[in-house]
Amino acid sequence: MSEFLYLYRGGANRADRTPAENEASLKEWVTWLTDLGQKGHIKDPGQPLEDSGKVVSGKAKTITDGPYAEAKDLIGGYTIVEATDIEQAAQLAGGCPIFQIGGAVEIRPVIKM
Amino acid sequence: MDASDHLYRREAGRMVATLTRIFGVHNIALAEDVVHDAFCRALEVWKFRGIPENPSAWLMASAKNRALDVMRRERTALRYAPELGRLLESEWTLRPTLDEAFEPHAIKDDQLRMMFSCCNPRLTENAQIALILQLLCGFSVREVAAAYLIGYAAAEKRIGRAKKVLAASEGLFEIAGAADFTARLAAVQRALYLLFNEGYHGSSSESPVRTDLCREAMRLASLLLAHPLAATPATRALYALMCFNAARLTGRVDALGDLIPLADQDRSLWDRRLIDEGERYINLAATGAEVSEYHIEAALAAMHTCAPSAAETNWAEIVELYDALLRLRSSPVVELNRAIAIAQIDGPERGLAELRAISDSEKLASYPFYAAALGDFELRCGRGEYAREHFQSALSLARNPMERRFLERRLAACSAAAEAG
Repeated sequence: MSEFLYLYRGGANRADRTPAENEASLKEWVTWLTDLGQKGHIKDPGQPLEDSGKVVSGKAKTITDGPYAEAKDLIGGYTIVEATDIEQAAQLAGGCPIFQIGGAVEIRPVIKM
Repeated sequence: MDASDHLYRREAGRMVATLTRIFGVHNIALAEDVVHDAFCRALEVWKFRGIPENPSAWLMASAKNRALDVMRRERTALRYAPELGRLLESEWTLRPTLDEAFEPHAIKDDQLRMMFSCCNPRLTENAQIALILQLLCGFSVREVAAAYLIGYAAAEKRIGRAKKVLAASEGLFEIAGAADFTARLAAVQRALYLLFNEGYHGSSSESPVRTDLCREAMRLASLLLAHPLAATPATRALYALMCFNAARLTGRVDALGDLIPLADQDRSLWDRRLIDEGERYINLAATGAEVSEYHIEAALAAMHTCAPSAAETNWAEIVELYDALLRLRSSPVVELNRAIAIAQIDGPERGLAELRAISDSEKLASYPFYAAALGDFELRCGRGEYAREHFQSALSLARNPMERRFLERRLAACSAAAEAG
């Protein structure tokens, strides 16, 4: 088994959706991740991330507000999954509810020694 | 996953009420923002970590932390409720004051304060109910609009204006020691009564009954029951009335979503537990000298609910109760119901005479069930042609698809009777 990082981009709970819609979306997420967990694919369910933060860059270690990505590219959270190969990891991501609200899942294999 | 079913509806009211008390009524928009934000954040975390054992406690803690953040960040800009301001401005007393405000008993009191505040006499009854739905029941503007079958813009305007009135008031209504407590309690009872009826009759909604509105009205009424000053005999009678009617909700609608007339309902579907609860509260209401309209309406509902069938209902006593109700409050709709009860005893000709004798019958001109009652009695007298005319005019007054289908079926019954005759 290899490890893969799922990065969820865009599609966070937004104020223009009603609480009932957000609650329905929560259920779909929990169903999806629980199912993956029961099939032994979850290494770490992960965490959601705040929209805003800081970026430290350059030799001068300049600290700026960031990351200022476009909303659709903003990383809203991550999960670490286990799968046989990247094809399976991509196929498993297909069940993520994020696609219904225009988000995306970026899948990055973790480099193993 | 039932834990999160309508979680926001259940919790938002509690949180908004408490935060409004902390921030002051002029900061009601801030209180709502904090609650919405806390809720969205909790949901984000639960997506990944699962729904906790006690989501309510989790949400409350989250709202409290968000409130602390806001208060520390906006320390100089925020102007608090006068009675709490001093305590909230010092870091030494901020945390304990907030902890105290989030104690369960304090949260209950805050919901009552908010309920009484929403029933401000400067607001119309419709505006009061819209405000209650949004602030205490967690309904979005869209959901309020759907409950009243009005447009989004109209609902937004109604709520916005009502909130301005609320925000401009001196503070939340203090229940203990208020000079106008009795009058305000009557307004609260009335608002909850209308909210329940909106759910029970669904007159302006797409669906024949709105169980969620009934449930919210009962939840808020039970908050009144838990407060020594608000738990008057009239409050108990109101709650009994809600129990008896809610007990029959399950039998009111058929598989196609259409309304079933009382006489044709399967009474074994009625909720026995709620009927018992209604009986308990109608007994508890029988103290003191006051007989409110809720007492009489609860007694009427009890007569129907406890009868084994429509034929075995004590219609004579029902007529007497309608007479008593009319002495308290004259209403053409009550007179209409009284005429229907009289027809059960003395036959349809007598019912027609009673209908024509209704004092304010022009007020019923747009009410489809007046024409429908005329049609019913004519049909029972064997005059199908007259019956058809009345059902036609009733149909032209129908307020929603469900009423329309109901009246279409009555029209079809006229044709069937004509063919048989």
